[in-house]
Amino acid sequence: MNPAPSIVFFTTASGAGYGLLLWLCVLRPLGLVPGGSGFGLVALGVATALVVAGLLSSTAHLGRPERAWRAFSQWRSSWLSREGVAAVATFVPMVLFGLSVLAGNGAAAALTGLLAAAGAAVTVWCTGMIYASLKPVRQWHHPLVPWGYMLFAGFSGAALLAALAGFWGQAAWPAALAAGLGAASFGFKRAYWAEIDAPPPAGTPTIETATGLGRIGATRPLDPPHTEQTWLLREMGFRVARKHSRKLRLLVLGGFGAAALVSLLAAFAGGPLAGLLLVVGAAAALGGLLVERWLMFAEATHTVTLFYTGEA
Amino acid sequence: MTELPPPAAKKLGLVIDLDTCVGCQACATNCKEWNTGGHLGPLPDLNAFSAGAEGTWFNRVHSYEAGEGEDGRTVHFPRSCLHCETPACVTVCPTGASYKRAEDGIVLINTDSCIGCGLCAWACPYGARELDQDEGVMKKCTLCVDRIYNETIPEPQRQPACVITCPVGARHFGDLGDPDSKVSQLVAARGGYDLMPEMGYKPVNKYLPPRERPKAKAASLDEAQPTPLDIKNPLLRWLDRALSR
Ligand code: SF4
Ligand code: SF4
Repeated sequence: MNPAPSIVFFTTASGAGYGLLLWLCVLRPLGLVPGGSGFGLVALGVATALVVAGLLSSTAHLGRPERAWRAFSQWRSSWLSREGVAAVATFVPMVLFGLSVLAGNGAAAALTGLLAAAGAAVTVWCTGMIYASLKPVRQWHHPLVPWGYMLFAGFSGAALLAALAGFWGQAAWPAALAAGLGAASFGFKRAYWAEIDAPPPAGTPTIETATGLGRIGATRPLDPPHTEQTWLLREMGFRVARKHSRKLRLLVLGGFGAAALVSLLAAFAGGPLAGLLLVVGAAAALGGLLVERWLMFAEATHTVTLFYTGEA
Repeated sequence: MTELPPPAAKKLGLVIDLDTCVGCQACATNCKEWNTGGHLGPLPDLNAFSAGAEGTWFNRVHSYEAGEGEDGRTVHFPRSCLHCETPACVTVCPTGASYKRAEDGIVLINTDSCIGCGLCAWACPYGARELDQDEGVMKKCTLCVDRIYNETIPEPQRQPACVITCPVGARHFGDLGDPDSKVSQLVAARGGYDLMPEMGYKPVNKYLPPRERPKAKAASLDEAQPTPLDIKNPLLRWLDRALSR
């Protein structure tokens, strides 16, 4: 599948924003991140900026962005619509949380924060389900996919929260969290790749079932239906990545691993060194995630290519 | 509304005979011709007169080779929307632009509310949807909804453009929900089948498999008639030729 930069950026940025929001709202009432309103507002501001930038970037992918508001109507059947509704609904507790933090009302902040955290989790789950619900793309239609979106949002959010808390000199807890989630992401991604690299399970479509010509024998394309490129093939037949996938996968694991390692160091080091390490960690996490998201598209295959190349 | 309508009795669709199709591209061409002025028209072409020409089409005709050696067949294979009974291309649509008609099962797009997100094309296993890159909205086969109910054209022409134009009669149109319809009987008689049934989309369109050919008889030297070149003796060869005149 074609990794459109707008979507790669959107899912990475808004995922990190929602992850940051979630951990801020969960750790703050527990006293595990700086409790002042300054930190609360800065972290909320960064989360909001990431979420908004992501959502705006996603509209760049549309053929008719000016009609984007119509996408809120079909939440009963469409995960994309649900994602839009959840994203907009989450802005309400986000604003209330910001006001409560500003007013210094701890109880109100805790309550609205929990609502915002729930909204963030639901939104990211919907993003994951958009992909997981697409049967023609084997690598996406997999039970691990939505959990991956959740885990990576949590990981990048924790890394960002730790980096911000580092400026306040109280980053031990979010740093430990980022280290744990980074290690989990590392293992999770490897498990996912092992799953999609395994021979496709029986019942996976082939050129023989796509054309029904298996009843005659092994089938291969003879003449293509058109000599020029089409939108469809550009969108679904993207192949560049497979050549480089080994190196790119190492890059992802490197980013995740480095982020986890420096976060762990920072959790014990403390002081300005920890602050510096955590900024590096957040950058590594986000960089690794951008590559991860790009690969998520580039390595995915669509059944329509069976008709053209005999392979998906 | 992108929720699917309750299953309807009427299921309009196509039956495509892979035995007779000669891969002439007439259906694809007439489809483009009719539909560029039809319900979902225009169907634009970009760079139509220079390198990299490409455009939006509802129907694409592939050719395949199936089987090995003497048993191998060349099969021409038109591919278009199958107007599935449970199509995810409808349910994934966030705007309600992609819909399935309750009355006859035709799957259509409302181009006035489509945002061009492309999700429906991702959700179609058969590659039946193509974005109109000019207008920024999705397009697909309409089963010629603007012909089959069109009372301003003569009755025999109220058929999809691809069906009318096929020079070998490889395409048939009708109600596949009615077991007594001509198309349903054809499917029953010829063992018509679904494409990628494992996807669970329940296509309405059916494909008729190439008919079995009688096996070529194993050539045996004794039985084969000698050709003039097989006769080594020049006198006999001359006699054979003289007598065969
Ligand atoms: S063939 Fe594709 S576009 Fe047509 S109804 Fe089925 S899933 Fe939808
Ligand atoms: S491209 Fe248009 S019809 Fe297809 S899912 Fe998006 S809004 Fe719906």
